[in-house]
Amino acid sequence: MSAPKRSSSFFFLLPLLGFLAIAGFLLKGLWLDPREIPSPLIDKPAPAFRLESLDAPGRVIDSKDMLGKVWLLNTWASWCVSCREEHPVLVDFARTAAVPIVGLNYKDTRVDGMRWLAQFGNPYVVSAFDEAGRVGIDYGVYAVPETFLIDKQGVVRFKQIGPVTPELLHDTLLPLIQRLNA
Amino acid sequence: MNDIARDAGGRGRGWAPWAGVRGAWLLAAWLCVLAPGLAAAKEAPEVGDDPAAERHMLTLAAELRCLQCQNQTLADSNAPLAVDLRQEIRELIAKGQTDAQIKAYLGARYGDFVFYRPPLQSNTLLLWFGPALVLVAGMSALYITLKRRLAQPEAPRDLSDAEARRAQHLLDDDAEEGSLS
Repeated sequence: MSAPKRSSSFFFLLPLLGFLAIAGFLLKGLWLDPREIPSPLIDKPAPAFRLESLDAPGRVIDSKDMLGKVWLLNTWASWCVSCREEHPVLVDFARTAAVPIVGLNYKDTRVDGMRWLAQFGNPYVVSAFDEAGRVGIDYGVYAVPETFLIDKQGVVRFKQIGPVTPELLHDTLLPLIQRLNA
Repeated sequence: MNDIARDAGGRGRGWAPWAGVRGAWLLAAWLCVLAPGLAAAKEAPEVGDDPAAERHMLTLAAELRCLQCQNQTLADSNAPLAVDLRQEIRELIAKGQTDAQIKAYLGARYGDFVFYRPPLQSNTLLLWFGPALVLVAGMSALYITLKRRLAQPEAPRDLSDAEARRAQHLLDDDAEEGSLS
């Protein structure tokens, strides 16, 4: 009686181990953000775009003009609440002139976009006016604000979903920018 | 209640903020009632010209995830992005692209997460075959357990006279209860 019991006691633990494994995964899931979807664009060429500038209809902004520079593409909109939270961080960052920040004004109106920049400051060297959101689709934008770091060869190196924070700038973006500029 | 509140707040008698607050509530309530109607009124019939192409688009969109509201398909969602992407799919169909091409187009932009049916690749092997693995493991465990149990037959245990009497007694009791009920 005692011999088989010893050999099978391990098997009695199996359901418990299975439960612990599942509980472990679920526990980990509590700290995962389902909104943070890895972008397939990382280390791929940034989609080229030609759009009118927000402030000057008729003036065309071509993404090719940014080749040879490390730059940030920041999607924003006047209707976007998180953009308002992010905006002062970008304005401060633009003052350091570490990299040019190009705005992609996403599904907005010129009037609202211009008013926003007048009211909160303009961190962008230029803002491209993506009224229909087609360039946004090419970049896989699904939740404004999203920010892309693009290198001298026009390759996407980093994507931030949600607001850029001072911590992100300091800990991740600036070191990466320095490395890409070296 | 209003008077109590006003006095407690130490406001002057001539000042009646509650009228304004109540008005705002009323307005809010009316907006709640009217808003769905307004929204429905505003919704343009975003339907393609060709019903067959439209059906095609919707079958395709039903397998794709709306990333703005992640538990809905592109076909179900009314999020602005879903509306845009449905239009995009419509145009791609009109250009004569195949389903595979259209899926590749969206996958290249939004990643594998857009596919409700994940593609079979190295990092999804466990996802695809995990349940089968668990089933095989369960069946093997059952097989081994049963085989072991068969290999060691239970020793026949004889009851003492007293135990046998007690068992019989219990069985009789049960039988009586069964007949009564």
